Amino acid sequence: MKQKKIIHAVLAGLAVLLVLMAWAPVQAQQKNIILSTTTSTQDSGLLDVLLSIFEKKTGYFVKTIAVGSGQAMAMGQKGEADVLLVHSPAAEKKFVAEGYGVNRRIIMHNDFIVVGPAEDPAKIRGVKGTPQVFKKIASAGSLFLSRSDKSGTHTKEMAIWKEAGINPEGQKWYQQTGLGMGQTLNIASEKKGYTLADRGTYLALKKNLSLDILAEGDAILLNVYHVIEVNPAKWPKVNAAGGRAFADFMVSKEVQDIVKTFGVEKFGSPLFFPDAGKKEEDLGK
Amino acid sequence: MTAPAPLLAVRELRVRRGGALVLDISSLTVEEGTILSLIGPNGAGKTTLMQTLACLIKPHGGEFFFKGENVFSSHGLLQYRRMLAMVFQEPLLFDTTVFQNVASGLKIRGMNGSEIEKRVGQNLQRFGIPHLSERSARKLSGGEAQRVALARAMAIQPDLLFLDEPFASLDPPTRESLMEDLEKILRQTTTTTIFATHDRMEALRLSDRIAVMNEGRILQVGPPDEVMNQPRDEFIASFVGVETILTGRVVRKGRGSFVASIEGQEVEAVGEVEIGEPVVFCIRPENVTLAVSPRQETTSARNVFPARITKIVLLGLYYKVHLDCGFPLVAYVTGHSLENLSLQEGQNVSASFKATAIHVIRKTRGPHPPP
Amino acid sequence: MDLIFEGILKAFHLIFTLDPEVLGITLLSLQVSGTATLISLFIGISIGTVVALTEFPGRRLVVSLINTGMGLPPVVVGLFVTIFLWRNGPLGFLGILYTPAAMIIAQAVIATPIVMGITLAAIQALPKKLRLQILALGATRLQMVWILVKEARLPLLAGVMAGFGGVISEVGASIMVGGNIKGYSRVLTTATVMETSRGNFDVAIALGIILLLLAYFINLVLTHIQQRERPR
Repeated sequence: MKQKKIIHAVLAGLAVLLVLMAWAPVQAQQKNIILSTTTSTQDSGLLDVLLSIFEKKTGYFVKTIAVGSGQAMAMGQKGEADVLLVHSPAAEKKFVAEGYGVNRRIIMHNDFIVVGPAEDPAKIRGVKGTPQVFKKIASAGSLFLSRSDKSGTHTKEMAIWKEAGINPEGQKWYQQTGLGMGQTLNIASEKKGYTLADRGTYLALKKNLSLDILAEGDAILLNVYHVIEVNPAKWPKVNAAGGRAFADFMVSKEVQDIVKTFGVEKFGSPLFFPDAGKKEEDLGK
Repeated sequence: MTAPAPLLAVRELRVRRGGALVLDISSLTVEEGTILSLIGPNGAGKTTLMQTLACLIKPHGGEFFFKGENVFSSHGLLQYRRMLAMVFQEPLLFDTTVFQNVASGLKIRGMNGSEIEKRVGQNLQRFGIPHLSERSARKLSGGEAQRVALARAMAIQPDLLFLDEPFASLDPPTRESLMEDLEKILRQTTTTTIFATHDRMEALRLSDRIAVMNEGRILQVGPPDEVMNQPRDEFIASFVGVETILTGRVVRKGRGSFVASIEGQEVEAVGEVEIGEPVVFCIRPENVTLAVSPRQETTSARNVFPARITKIVLLGLYYKVHLDCGFPLVAYVTGHSLENLSLQEGQNVSASFKATAIHVIRKTRGPHPPP
Repeated sequence: MDLIFEGILKAFHLIFTLDPEVLGITLLSLQVSGTATLISLFIGISIGTVVALTEFPGRRLVVSLINTGMGLPPVVVGLFVTIFLWRNGPLGFLGILYTPAAMIIAQAVIATPIVMGITLAAIQALPKKLRLQILALGATRLQMVWILVKEARLPLLAGVMAGFGGVISEVGASIMVGGNIKGYSRVLTTATVMETSRGNFDVAIALGIILLLLAYFINLVLTHIQQRERPR
C-alpha cells in the first residue's frame, strides 16, 4: 500500500533529522556550562562583561539561564545546572547542607533599597531601621509591590516582614507581581507604590522610573552574592570541571577588579562591591 | 477464417458491496475498435462494471483478459492501467491551464516535453478547442470543460476508453455537437470504447453493440437493432423504448403465424408457439400507422383496429399518439401527418401494424441464456 | 505616547544602522521559525494527506487529536519539551536543551498540528471522484497523492502561513527550551520580553516593530502567491 510507504519515508526522514541534530551538540557537550543565576545579575549587565572574558579565555560556552534564586537552586537540585550565582543566603545554606551544592564562595555584595513615590505617603523618609519602615507602610496601608517569586530579593523582603512582625499576605495594599525586578519596579513606578529593590537594577532603570530612594544603608539590606558549584556526586552528568572553572574565575583578582569599578562611569557609583575571600559575617562592618 | 481474439474478455466477474452482490457478469467480450454501450436504470451496475474493468474497484471474484493476458497477473496491472482512460459525467479537470490538463496523462507516463506538445496540440485541434490552450480550467463552460476532459483522455491514445455518462450534465445542443465530434474521432482512431448511458438514443447512435444491464447482470447484448427490436423480455423491452407491450394468450395458429387474444381483440403475429401459451407482444411506435377514414384498400397489414385517440404528446420532432383499441397502443406520427389527418384527442381513427412488426416474447422461457 | 514614538525611532535606528545584535537576533528568529515551519510542512502535509485519504480503524480519534493539536498551548509544549530534554530526562543524552535546536523542535511541535489539520481539511474538500479520475489516467497511488496535493496547494499554502505565523510570534516555549542566551538562542520574541522586564521599553518596542515588519513581509509574499491564483 503506497500510503504505508509514505509513512515509512516520513519516519525515516524524522530519524535522520534527529540524528543529525543530536550529532552536533553531543560533540560540544563538554565545552558547555549551564550557569543558573538571577535576573538582577543579568539585568545589571555585569555578567555580559565577565562572560565574554571567561569564554575567550577558556573556550567554554556559558549558557546563562536567568531565573529567580529559588528556581536557580531548584535547577541545581535536579542537576540541570552546573554552577549557580545567587543571592539568597538562607536558602543557599540549606542547599549546601542538603548536599546539592559544594564550594560555596562569596563573590560580591550590593545592597537593597526601599523605593517609593517622591510624595512618600507613608512618610518613611528618614525612619531608622528597615523593619520599622515596613511597619509604617503597613499601618499607612500604602501600596507595596512584592516580586513573590522566591528570588533573593523576595526572600530578603519576607525576612524583613518577619522582623517587623507583620504578615502582609492577603492585605489589600500588598500586591504580588510574580515578575522580575525591572518589571516590578516599573509597576511600582506606574502605580505609585513602594517596593524593595536591589540598587543595581534601580540605578540601571532610574531614568524611566518616577521612584525615589526612601530608605537605605541598614545592615539587614545587605545583598550578598555567592557562587555555588552543583555537587557532581549527586548528579554525574554535571559538568564539574566547567563549574569549577567558572567559580574559580569569579573569585579571581581579575574579576574582582572589574566588579569594583563596574557601573561607576555610567551611574556615578559602582553597582557591586567585591568580596572574594572575605567572610560573610565581616561584611557591612 | 477465425475471428481475431477480442480485446477484452470478462469471465465470472463479481463485485460485492455491503455483503450484497452488485455485479455478476458471467461473460462479456469487446472486440477491438468497437464501441459497446451499457444501458440500464440507475443502480444497474454500469458504473460498477466500468470501474472494475478500469481497476478502480477490486472484484471479489472472476477475472478479465486484455489482449489475451490476464490483467491480474503480476506485471500486468500497471501496464494495463496505462493503456486505458476514463471520462466521467463531471469533467474533473485540474486547477491549471487547459494545456496542462490535457498533458496530465502524458506527464504521468513520463513523456518528454516536445512529444507532449505535439500530442496535446493534436488533441486540442481534434476537439476544436486549440484557442483554449492557455485558459484556466476554472473559466470554461460545461461543454468546453467536457471537451477538455475528452481531449485529456484521448491524448493518451488509450487502447480502451471508458465513458461514464459523459454527456449527462450537458444541455441538448452542446450534447449534440459534442456527440457528433466524439463519434467522428472514435471512428477515425478506431478506439475501443465502453460507454455507459441512460439515454437510449445516444446508445443507438454511437454503438456497435448494446448491453442492457439490470441488478448487476447483463440481460442482453447485441447490435443495436437486435436489442432494440428484439428485446428478450419485458424489462428490456420497456427499457429500450418499446412503447406498447401487451400480454395475451395464443388462440389459433397457422403457417408460421398465430393469433393471440389481447383484451378481447385478436392480434396476428409471427412465431412458433403453442395454443394456450401466454405471450408478450412488443410493438414499436414507429411501426404503427394511423388512418382517419375507414380503410378502403387491402394493405399487407394484418392488424387493423378502430381506435380512439386518448392523448397526443409533442416529442420534439414528432408526436406520440396514445390510442385505445381495447388495448393501449402508442404510435409516432410526424407533425405533417398530424396536420394532414387533423388528428386530435378524442378522435376515432383506424390504427394498423404488420404482424411481422410485432416482437414476440414467449412467457414460458426460462432464465436468459448467456448473451 | 512618546514612549511608542521613541520606540519607532529606535526601531528605524536599529534597522538602518544594521545594529549587529539586532541583525543577529532577527536572523536567528528567521532561521529557527523557518526551519521549524519547513519541518512542520514536511510532516504535516504528508501525514495530513495520508489521514485524509485512508480509511483505518480509529481514524475519527486521530482526526480529533489533530484538530485538538491545532490549539495546543505553546507554553505547554515548551514545558513538555523541556522535561524531555533535561539532562536527566529521556532525551537528555542529546544535550540539546538551551540550544536553537531545542527551539526548532518545540516550534515544530507547535506548528505541525496546524499544518496537518489544515492539510487534512483541504484534501478532504477535494471532490471524491477526483481520485478516481487521476487513477483512471494511469497514475500510480504515489502520483495520485502528489497530484491531489498540487490541487489543494492554495489552502495548503494558507496552512503553512498559519504554522509560520504561530511560531514566529511564539515566546513561552522559546524561552523555556532556548534559555534566551545572548547571541545564541535569543530571538525577537524572547528579546522583547527580556527588554521589557528590564524596563528598556524603547528597545522592546523597537524589537516588536521589527518582528511585526518581518511577519508582515513574509506573509505579503506568501499571500501574493496565493491570491495570484485565486479563482475569480
